[in-house]
Amino acid sequence: MSATLLPPTVIELASPITDMENLDIRLRADASSRQVAIRAFAFAVIWLLVGSVFGLVASFKLHMPDWLVGNAALTFGRVRSAHLNAMAYGWASSAMLGVSVWMVPRLVHTELRVAKAAEAGLYFWNVGMVLGIIGILAGYSDGLEWLEMPRYWADPFFVIGGGLVGLSLLSTIAMREVEHLYVSVWYIMAAFVWFPIIFVIGNWPTFSGVESAAVNWFYAHNALGLWLTPVCLAAAYYFIPKILGRPIYSYQLSLLGFWTLGFFYSLNGMHHLIGGPLPTWMVTTSVVASGLMIIPVVAVGVNQHMTLNRRFGALRYSPTLRFIVFGAVAYTLVSLQGVFMAFREVNRLTHFTHVTVAHAHVGLYSFVTMIMFGSIYYILPRLLGREWISERLISWHFWTVGIGQIVYLVPLTVAGMVQGAAMSDPNSTWQQVVQAMLPGLIGRSIGGTLLTIGHCVFAYHVFLMFRGATPRQGLPPFHEVAPIITRRSKATFVPGGIA
Amino acid sequence: MTRIWLLITGVLAIIVFATSLLVVIPNTMIGQVRAPRQLADYTPQQARGREVYVSEGCVYCHSQQVRDPVYTSDKARGWGPRATVPSDYIYDKPHQLGTMRTGPDLINIGVRQPSEQWHHTHLFNPRSLMAWSIMPAFPYLYEVRDSASIKPGEVAYSVAGGKLPPGKVIVPTADAEALVAYLKSLKRTYPVPTGDEPAARSIGGRSEHTMP
Repeated sequence: MSATLLPPTVIELASPITDMENLDIRLRADASSRQVAIRAFAFAVIWLLVGSVFGLVASFKLHMPDWLVGNAALTFGRVRSAHLNAMAYGWASSAMLGVSVWMVPRLVHTELRVAKAAEAGLYFWNVGMVLGIIGILAGYSDGLEWLEMPRYWADPFFVIGGGLVGLSLLSTIAMREVEHLYVSVWYIMAAFVWFPIIFVIGNWPTFSGVESAAVNWFYAHNALGLWLTPVCLAAAYYFIPKILGRPIYSYQLSLLGFWTLGFFYSLNGMHHLIGGPLPTWMVTTSVVASGLMIIPVVAVGVNQHMTLNRRFGALRYSPTLRFIVFGAVAYTLVSLQGVFMAFREVNRLTHFTHVTVAHAHVGLYSFVTMIMFGSIYYILPRLLGREWISERLISWHFWTVGIGQIVYLVPLTVAGMVQGAAMSDPNSTWQQVVQAMLPGLIGRSIGGTLLTIGHCVFAYHVFLMFRGATPRQGLPPFHEVAPIITRRSKATFVPGGIA
Repeated sequence: MTRIWLLITGVLAIIVFATSLLVVIPNTMIGQVRAPRQLADYTPQQARGREVYVSEGCVYCHSQQVRDPVYTSDKARGWGPRATVPSDYIYDKPHQLGTMRTGPDLINIGVRQPSEQWHHTHLFNPRSLMAWSIMPAFPYLYEVRDSASIKPGEVAYSVAGGKLPPGKVIVPTADAEALVAYLKSLKRTYPVPTGDEPAARSIGGRSEHTMP
């Protein structure tokens, strides 16, 4: 495909229609999703800031245990849950709703259908968020990890909200004007079918004892595997070929990756309970399924790497690609790490330690959050019709969160392992265990501060965009990048065909 | 892929299969576990204490499970004489098994630490007992009063470690009393009830619990 390479964003992914027609299709698609997507990103950025504050407070409390202890709403156990829920359901999920409603109409060459339902869904979702966070801080947690938000006041809003957005997306796909469904559409469709189902099962009120634990982790792992992961992979599958202007390396690998992800990931949850009082066959099922996760992870990793192969230079010019590729690589790494952590011999060291917390942040931050940053960098200028104001702010954002992640993750992982080793030695006192984790807890607070600075830079930049600090422009963002990226190929540059 | 119905069918099949295997089948199996003779349901006060435990998020640092002694050091650490089994948790809703041990396991804290005085001063400020502790203080669960104001019959505790001005004592709120009642009730030291042995729950009678 080297001889026929076209400049970035000219190629429509799954259709032979000509460039100008495609441009028109994309403009119509973007216009139809504009209102919902813009609002989704606005909500997402607000939750990102709120979640960062909760995260920082919780992190500092772990090594400053007498700080902010006067009020029950600010106790560690509540603030930590508020952080997790604000980030996973407020920031990541709101951003994912925006990315999904924007991407699907483009991919199926039509307008977003029942956009009003999607918009209502977004509002439902965010009302649920506000009620959920207030509920947690007021002490009404349901007491299940990842499911803390009150079952009866907050959670119905997520089922209805997610369902309404899903309805809009499915209607759009049903009215599609292309024959073939691109891989990103599979992932998004699947995620919006899976989420309401697993969320209802996870919140089902009749379980107690070890069944409650099994259902808890069935849900919690699927929240990552069947909700956050598919939508973020959909974004990676969209933006990498889009920006490079070359098709995905292998259709067969996309198929393999998609179906094995669903089949194996959905069985992973019990590896959070290894050694616990569950029937052993349940845990073993999840350990085996976790091992088999190598298949979808390698399929996706190879597929995306081969698409990028020999075009890594583009990372220097496209902020979107830089964040997306960071996220895609993190997906491969965190999944392989997860495979190993599910093996019993590794798990006996890492279980109940801060290695798990660090691992969760490689997934939720280095993968999910970075992909969402990259997506917003691409989408928002196209919806607002104006370019990002400052290359320097984007650069600051990337490097503060990039370095912040290293400062957060490395000490916490190492300290977690030392903690695990100390715990498995019955002769070490609990004081020694606590002292083993302290350097990691302090490192996390420093890293988390850097991440928060990066979030403030990003939020400020988004705010400037919304306020309209730059004039609207006719040319699409980063149009000047195209000839640079393809300079080394023999392709002829087609001017004006980019959107 | 070109067929939407095929995609949706496959996606639904995946979630139905996973739910059957990890939710429905275990529900029918574990649902038959009977309550151990030696384990009483929580009293109203203990149940209230459990709600406090849940709402303060104790589970984010404290697990409630003893794992197999062959596989882990849980027993050697003194956290319990045996691995816990499903019937130990029959009254727990929601479960609080936990996934993190920033602090020690608590499933047998009622055996290890029966003193109310210890629990109250520890909850009021853990550093009054252990200077190195990183557990949050919970002063809002207590009233700080002049020791002179304590009437006969009222329960009050002094706090060591210089965490209170001289002449002051703490009086537990109802929530603090309930929480300590719950913590004291955490005891899973009776023998494993018949029919709930780990081997009975594993396929072919072998599990990590029984492996040498």
